Amino acid sequence: MNMMSMKQVGLGNLLGNGLTLKAHRDAVLARTKESGYYNALEKLDFKESDPISYEKMFSRLRGGLVHARETAKKIAASPIVEQEGELCFTLYNAAGDCILTSTGIIIHVGTMGAAIKYMIENDWETNPGINPGDMFTNNDCSIGNVHPCDIATIVPIFWEGKLIGWVGGVTHVIDTGAISPGSMSTGQTSRFGDGYMTTCRKTGVNDEPLRDWLHESQRSTRTPKYLILDERTRIAGCHMIRQLVEEVVESEGVEAFDKFAYEIIEEGRRGLQSRLKDMTIPGVYRKVAFVDVPYNHEDVQLTASYAKMNTIMHAPTELTIRPDATWRMNFEGGSRWCWHSFNANQVAFTSGIWVMLTQTLVPTQRINDGAYYATEFNIPKGTWMNPDDRRTAHSDAWHYLVSAWTGMWRAMSQSYFSRGYLEEVNAGNGNTSNWLQGGGINQDGEIHAVNSFETAATGTGACAVKDGLNHAAAVWNPEGDMGDIEIWEMAEPLLFMGRNVKANSGGYGKYRGGCGLETLRMVWHAQDWTMFFSGNGYMNSDWGLMGGYPAATGYRFEAHNTDLKARIEQKLSIPLGADSNPSEPDYERHISATAQIKRDKQCMTTETIFEDHDLYLNYIRGGPGFGDPLDREPAAIARDLNNRFVLPEFARKVYGAVIEQDDDGNWVVNSEKTTVRRAEIRKERLQRAVPTREWMKEERERILTKSASVQVRHMYSTSFALSEKFTNEFKQFWDLPQEWSLPESELGVPSFGSTYRNDISEMPGVSTIVLVDE
Amino acid sequence: MSVFTREQVNNLVDGKLDWDTTLRMLQTPKDKERFELYLSVLQDKVSWKDKIILPLGPHLYIVQSQSSGQWVNKCSCGHEFGDYKHNWKMDAAIYVRDTPEAMQEIYPELMAPDTDWQVYREYYCPECGILHDVEAPTPWYPVIHDFEPDIESFYKNWLGIPVPDRAD
Repeated sequence: MNMMSMKQVGLGNLLGNGLTLKAHRDAVLARTKESGYYNALEKLDFKESDPISYEKMFSRLRGGLVHARETAKKIAASPIVEQEGELCFTLYNAAGDCILTSTGIIIHVGTMGAAIKYMIENDWETNPGINPGDMFTNNDCSIGNVHPCDIATIVPIFWEGKLIGWVGGVTHVIDTGAISPGSMSTGQTSRFGDGYMTTCRKTGVNDEPLRDWLHESQRSTRTPKYLILDERTRIAGCHMIRQLVEEVVESEGVEAFDKFAYEIIEEGRRGLQSRLKDMTIPGVYRKVAFVDVPYNHEDVQLTASYAKMNTIMHAPTELTIRPDATWRMNFEGGSRWCWHSFNANQVAFTSGIWVMLTQTLVPTQRINDGAYYATEFNIPKGTWMNPDDRRTAHSDAWHYLVSAWTGMWRAMSQSYFSRGYLEEVNAGNGNTSNWLQGGGINQDGEIHAVNSFETAATGTGACAVKDGLNHAAAVWNPEGDMGDIEIWEMAEPLLFMGRNVKANSGGYGKYRGGCGLETLRMVWHAQDWTMFFSGNGYMNSDWGLMGGYPAATGYRFEAHNTDLKARIEQKLSIPLGADSNPSEPDYERHISATAQIKRDKQCMTTETIFEDHDLYLNYIRGGPGFGDPLDREPAAIARDLNNRFVLPEFARKVYGAVIEQDDDGNWVVNSEKTTVRRAEIRKERLQRAVPTREWMKEERERILTKSASVQVRHMYSTSFALSEKFTNEFKQFWDLPQEWSLPESELGVPSFGSTYRNDISEMPGVSTIVLVDE
Repeated sequence: MSVFTREQVNNLVDGKLDWDTTLRMLQTPKDKERFELYLSVLQDKVSWKDKIILPLGPHLYIVQSQSSGQWVNKCSCGHEFGDYKHNWKMDAAIYVRDTPEAMQEIYPELMAPDTDWQVYREYYCPECGILHDVEAPTPWYPVIHDFEPDIESFYKNWLGIPVPDRAD
C-alpha cells in the first residue's frame, strides 16, 4: 500500500525497443568492437542519401549549442563563468556518447558523458528512475569529473515518451565547500576534504530543482548566491537545447535525428583518422613532462603528517601513429597518485586531451566521441591519472593535467614540422598558474571565496614561424581571457596596484614563447581574509622545442604588516606596476623594512591570513620557446627589449645580442657585432660541453650511488613500482646491475598508501566506467 | 584546399610569410604537396648535396648520404650523427645545467628551476655548436629518443611518392 507502482518508480521501456539503456549501450559497444565502425556504421545512410538535410541538422544543433552557451553565460554572476566562459553544453545520444558540443571548456564532452554512462551502467533507469523533466547533478571525481568545482547538470531528452538523448551543461563554480576557500583548494590530503560531491543525483523533477537539493547544496558552499546562479545558468542552457532538439525532431522526424545521433559520431571517428593522415607522420614519438609537489614546507599546512613530503609527478608519453592512421597514446611509467589534490581520473585525463587536440589536430566544430573511438589509451591503474584508491583528492587536478599534456603538443608539433606545416607548430602550453585563491568575509560583509582566473591568459608556446602570444590563453579554455580589472575588483577585496607583461617569462628561442603577466594586488576592505598560492615553482612543466627553452618557473611574493596605509596617507611612494627583475627587487623599496616579505620559489601554499594593505603578486606563466635562441632576428630582440619582454642581461647572455641604448633610451641591436658574438658563443658552448656518452658515465655513477634529492627518487620509485616496462627500460639504458632497485621503503619518507589500497570499483553495487586500457 | 607556391613555402620557412597567407594555411585543409615543396626549399638552403628525406628540426635532417647511400642524421653544417634509426643525441655534445649558477646564467633570480628537482640538458652539434634540443627532465632521466618515423609508410602509403633508396 505504501509502495509506488513500477510505473511510478520509472521502470519502463525508455527506448521503446525492449532494451534497457544498459543493454542498448552494450550493444552499441559490441557492434563497434566487432565491426571497427561506431555502432557498425560502415555506411552513413543519412549523410550519403540526404547530405543537405544531414548538414542542416548539424548546423541547427551546433548553432543552438553555441547559442545556448552564450545566452546562459549571461545568467551567471560568477566572473569565472561570465567573464572567462568557464562553461559548456553538450548533446549526447541515448547511449551517452557525445554528438556535438558547444564552445567553451570542452573537456566536459567526456566528463559529462562518463556521468551519463555511469547512470546507464548502474541502472538509474530502475532507481531513481529517469523521466521527462528530470535533472541530475554530478561533480563526482571518481566518475570522471576533473575537480569538484565543475558541476554538471544533466537532463534526459524524451520524444513521445521515448528517451532519444541527453543534454549536459557544466560550469566551474567558485566554491564547493572544500577545506579551504576557492574552487581548487589545496592542503587536503584526500577526497574527504575536497568539498561537496554529488554522484549523478536526481536534483530536479518536472523541470524544477528539488527543495532538499537547494537547501543542502547552498549550505555546503561558502558562496551560495554564486552557486544557485550557476545552477540556473546550467538549467537554462540545458532546457534551451532540449527545446531545440524537440524543434529539430518536430521538423525533421525522430528517425532522422536518431540516425544523425549515431552517424555523426562515426563521421567524427573517421574525421580524426583523416586528419592524422593529412597532418602527421606515422612513427613513434616519445616525450615526457613533470611538475613539482613541494609539500614539505612550513607554509603548507596539511591535515595529515604522511602527506608532508616533496615529490614530483611524472607523465611519460609514447605516441604511436600507425600506417593505417590509427593511433595509441601510452602513458605507462607515470608516477603513483599521492596525498595531494592534484590527482586526476582517467576520463579527466583523456577528455582533456581533446581540449588540446581541438586547438591543433582537429580544430573543427565536429568534435565528439568519434575522436575517442578512434584513439587507444593505455593508462596504468594506480598512476596519478588513474588512481586505484577511492580516497584520492582531485580539486587542483589542473596543476598537473596542463603540464602532462605538454608532451602531446611537442609530439604533434614534431610531426607538423617534419611535414612542412610549420604554421601549426606549437612548442607547448604554458603552465596555467598562479591560481590566486582564498576567501573569508569580503568587502560586502559576506562569507566569500575567490579564484582569480587571470591565469586563463597564460603566454602560449612559440610557433615555428612566429613568437607565442603574450598573456593570451589557457590550454583548458581556448577562449581564455584575463578578465576585466573592474570586474575582479568587484568580485574580490583586492585592488590592482599593477597589471603588466611579465618580463623574461616566455621561453627563449628563435621564436620565443609568449610572455605571461603579473598583477600586484593589495587587500582592501576585507574583514577576515585568507589567500594561498598554487602553481609551479621549483620546476617548469613545459619544455621548449627543437632548441627552444622552457618558460621561466614561477615564484611567490607576498607582503604582510606593511606600512602602506600610512604611506598612502602621507603620499609617499608605494609598490606599483611590475616586479620586472626579481634579481633587483623594487617593491621592497616602497614598503617599510619591518614588513614581513615572502619572496621565494614556494608556489604551493595553504591559507594564510592577509590583512588590509597586505600585498600578493599574481604571476601568470609564459609559454615555451622554439629553436636555437642564437637564430633569433636582431630586430625581434630589440622589439622585446623596448617592450620590456626581455631583460638586457639575458638579451646578451642567451641571445648573444650586442646591444646599446640610443639617445632616447631605446635599445638597438648591432647586427654585425651580434653575428660575431654568436660565433663566439657557439665555440664557448663546445668548450663547456662533453660527448653525451661521457656524461652518461658520470650520471650512471650518480644513479648507482642513488645520488639525487628525495623528491626525484620518490618519483622514480613510484613509477618503478607501477611499471615493469619502465623499470626495465631505465635499467637497460643506464646499464644497471640486475640487483639495482629503488624501493619506496628505503627513502625515509612516509609511504602510507603505497601498499594497501581500495578502488571505488570495490564498493558494493558499483559498476565503474573504464574507457582506457589499464 | 589552397595551393601554395614554392616562394610562399620558402617565405614560411624563413619566417617571412605574410600573415594573410599564413592564416589561409591555418584555416584551409592541408596541401598534400607541401612536403615536396618543403624538401625542395630546404635542399636549396644547405651547402651539401645529400638528399633530405625528412627534416627533424631547424638544423637537423634525415638525409640519404651521397657517398654511402645510407640514411643518416645530419646537421645543417654537414656534421653526421650516424644511422637515422639511432638517437642522434647519443652522439651530440651535451652541457647539463645542474647547478644554481648554471641556471642563473639564463634566468633572473627565482625564475629558474631548482636543480634539486630539474636540470637542463643542452644538446649541441659537436662541430658547429648549434643548439639542437633542450631537455628539461629530473636528474637520472634516460636520454629521450624523441622520434622514430616510419618513413617508408609515410612516403609510399600516405603521400604516394617513391621511397628513396637506402643502403644498409
